[in-house]
Amino acid sequence: MTVFAPLIRWLDERLDLDGLIAPFKHKTVPTHRLSYWYFFGGITLFLFIIQVLTGILLLLYYRPGANEAYESVQYIVTRVQFGWLIRSIHAWAANLMIFTAFVHMFSVLFLKAYRKPRELTWVSGVILLYLVMGFGFSGYLLPWNTLAFFATKVGTEMAGQVPLIGRPMMIFLRGGPEVTGATLTRFFGFHVAVLPGLVTVLIAVHLFFVQRQGMSVPPKLEAQWTANPSARREMKFFPNFLLRELMAWYVAMGVLGALAAIFPWNLGVKADPFVSAPAGIKPEWYFLFMFQTLKLIPSKVWFVDGEVLGILGCSLAGLLWLLLPFFESDRPERTKTWITGLSIFALVYVVGMSVYGFLAQ
Amino acid sequence: MCADQGPQPETSRRRAIEIFLGGGLLASLASFLYPVLRYFVPPAVIDLGGDEVVAAKVGDLTANSGKIFRFGSRPGLLILGSDGAYRALSATCTHLACTVQYRPDLREIWCACHNGIYDLNGRNVSGPPPRPLTVFDVHLRGDEIVVSRKREA
Amino acid sequence: MASLRNKFRPLIAARFAGLAGCILLGACLAFGQAANSCLDCHSAQPGRLEVTPETFSQDIHAQKGLTCVSCHGGDASSYDPDQAMSRKAGWKGKIDRGQIPQLCASCHSNPAYMRAYNPSLRTDQLDQYHTSMHGKRLAAGDTKVAVCTDCHSVHDLRPPSDPRSTVNPVNVAKTCSHCHSDAAYMKQYGIPTDQFARYVTSVHHDALAVRGDLSAPTCTTCHGNHGALPPGVDKVQNVCANCHAFQAQMYEKSSHFKAFQDKGLPGCVVCHSNHGIQLPSDAMLGTGPGGVCMKCHTAGDHCDRARVEILSNLTQLDGAIKNADQALRLAESSGMEVSEARLNQDQALDLLTKARVSVHSFQTVLVDQNTQAGMKIAAANLKAGKDAMVERNHRRIGLGICLIAIAMMLVGLWLYIKKLES
Repeated sequence: MTVFAPLIRWLDERLDLDGLIAPFKHKTVPTHRLSYWYFFGGITLFLFIIQVLTGILLLLYYRPGANEAYESVQYIVTRVQFGWLIRSIHAWAANLMIFTAFVHMFSVLFLKAYRKPRELTWVSGVILLYLVMGFGFSGYLLPWNTLAFFATKVGTEMAGQVPLIGRPMMIFLRGGPEVTGATLTRFFGFHVAVLPGLVTVLIAVHLFFVQRQGMSVPPKLEAQWTANPSARREMKFFPNFLLRELMAWYVAMGVLGALAAIFPWNLGVKADPFVSAPAGIKPEWYFLFMFQTLKLIPSKVWFVDGEVLGILGCSLAGLLWLLLPFFESDRPERTKTWITGLSIFALVYVVGMSVYGFLAQ
Repeated sequence: MCADQGPQPETSRRRAIEIFLGGGLLASLASFLYPVLRYFVPPAVIDLGGDEVVAAKVGDLTANSGKIFRFGSRPGLLILGSDGAYRALSATCTHLACTVQYRPDLREIWCACHNGIYDLNGRNVSGPPPRPLTVFDVHLRGDEIVVSRKREA
Repeated sequence: MASLRNKFRPLIAARFAGLAGCILLGACLAFGQAANSCLDCHSAQPGRLEVTPETFSQDIHAQKGLTCVSCHGGDASSYDPDQAMSRKAGWKGKIDRGQIPQLCASCHSNPAYMRAYNPSLRTDQLDQYHTSMHGKRLAAGDTKVAVCTDCHSVHDLRPPSDPRSTVNPVNVAKTCSHCHSDAAYMKQYGIPTDQFARYVTSVHHDALAVRGDLSAPTCTTCHGNHGALPPGVDKVQNVCANCHAFQAQMYEKSSHFKAFQDKGLPGCVVCHSNHGIQLPSDAMLGTGPGGVCMKCHTAGDHCDRARVEILSNLTQLDGAIKNADQALRLAESSGMEVSEARLNQDQALDLLTKARVSVHSFQTVLVDQNTQAGMKIAAANLKAGKDAMVERNHRRIGLGICLIAIAMMLVGLWLYIKKLES
């Protein structure tokens, strides 16, 4: 720190760094048995930053277009120095990020941090989760291999099942009635321009809310601390919590590096639209629970087509999930039990269906 | 006694922290930046794009001769006909995947495995092959003969 | 009484309506269709006399407008058997087996006639048939041999291009086997009856009937169809050469060609068999089961030494390619990219194939040329695989260094936090 002291002083003289950091100096983070869960939001943010950086690096060599995409990824992985590393980090961080985003959401759910006054934080967070899954879906197609091609075909097909708006939505996503090179170009645009822009803005909003409102504490603990203020334990955000967060980020970096080096992401086979779909095509793991749900719905329920019902059901569930905090009544004792029950059900459902989908043929 | 020993653990502690933190920061940042910096340097083999390959240079082939070149993950056959035109086709026989060759004496493409014969347009004219050979586009770029897949319609 | 009459009236009316309906139906059916009394009666006949309209509608001749009368004569408009099958009306009855080829040829050997139906059909089948063993024996009075209808079927005759036809390439061997695998039937001719049984174990059968490769040979490819006869002991390699040109060329230039000819041995068949041709393997050059050389040659003589050299060259190259394959597979499963070397493996395999083909020259130097070239390529690929593993180890070391740096940082952070909070 003595090394950096003169530099910091120099900047401080010009930018009043102390003034900038001042509000943060007062910010505190509650510490309790469950406060480790607080790290997960930051880890997700860290992984997003990694994705942006490795994504920009990949952009230097990647070429979007049905006849060049696969070969350009092959080029990156075989010819570009450390291209294999950048690409594998990008692929692994994508999966890890979606995982930590889910963990973060469930931890917020179980710790009940979505309650008033933090409803908007939850809403922005859930939208972010959906956008991040959109990142996963659009990015998956970019290497233009067989698995990705058919996964995209199936996925956009399902979007097309929504009544009324389904087909126009599908054509918008695909850039035409079928999955072609036009789809690739379009997904590339979504993945590197549209989604990053939206997500960056929403992250800023989300972080602003968090910084403004401070960290929430589980209701029981909150009640205890309100009754007995001296029992309250907290640590300073800057530098204590931040340093711990930095440790978590370094651990994540180590895990990422190890995964990328020991289990490099493979290329697959170049997509050929005229070959029939390989048997047992499945989406990536983060979509498995939805996919498996749809598979379990009978083909006709009453007079409604099973798939349409499934998709409408999933969409409705997604919408209700977004609006969850607004279902929590002002009298917390009443709704506490049913939303807790719902949370447990949701977690078990998502994990269970994912495992089921993974194991199913 | 106590006063003596007071500052020592403090300074050695501080030392340890400085070494680990400073050294760790430097080392970790270096190990992150090193691959990134090397990544920026373009490789020696400039890729032309997936569906295009320099099959040969003008002058490599004499009239009425053929040459095998690599096209993606399969072999291709480049032929300079006696009429001076270049033709390029897939060199994988459609019968049992042997590599075909150009026969200057027959002025046709021949597969040695089961005596299959294709004409210069890749059409299977005799023997076992059930399908024609895929034909590629050829064009000259300076003195390079560039072979590319036919553009999809 | 009136009530009873009233009860019957509807019944009678219904009956009249029914009868009128039948007549109308019959008239409709008969309208535009020439009466075919032959089919009408024979569809109800038992056993071998049964020919139904359903069966006959499959026949190519029926589809072209020919009828029973075209071959059998008679009067198809009459339902009176005496009239329909009268000699005066030209009825020939069941065609005598010996007369069948002549009958078929009456149209099929007439180019002017056939031109009106299918100008590209050959019209020399009868001439060819006369040169065949079947034709010759038929001319000598043996009616047990195959005539047109035995192979082509009759009354449901389909063109050879139809996959259901008895003479479609995929079905030919089965058709021939109806007689040629029947030991009792073939007893008097003194030729083997195991050809079909052997053929179904062969690579050619596997290619044709299992993989659907219509270029693979069946009985008629080597023996001819209408002019069927074995090609002749000294002409065997000519027949095989139609597809296996390279091998035949080398064989003809080799020492074995004249040697086999002089001894009256059937060329390719000596080592490869004729009907039960198996996928050749390097074991054919060995001394174990499947070895063919030592059937004639003596152990230790100069040919045996050549055999040993050729076999060892091939085995060496095969082994080298497999080693390189293994190294590449290991590299691939460790996440290394070795597609270029994989492609070159194909080249090495090509050279191994070439080397095996050049065995037919029976000259070690030619085989050696190919195996040496193949060895070079396989060695390069092995090196590529090994290099990939070295690179992989470098990556692991790099990862290790990075992880140490990260660990250092983590320790430093932890110590710093501890210090801050003490």
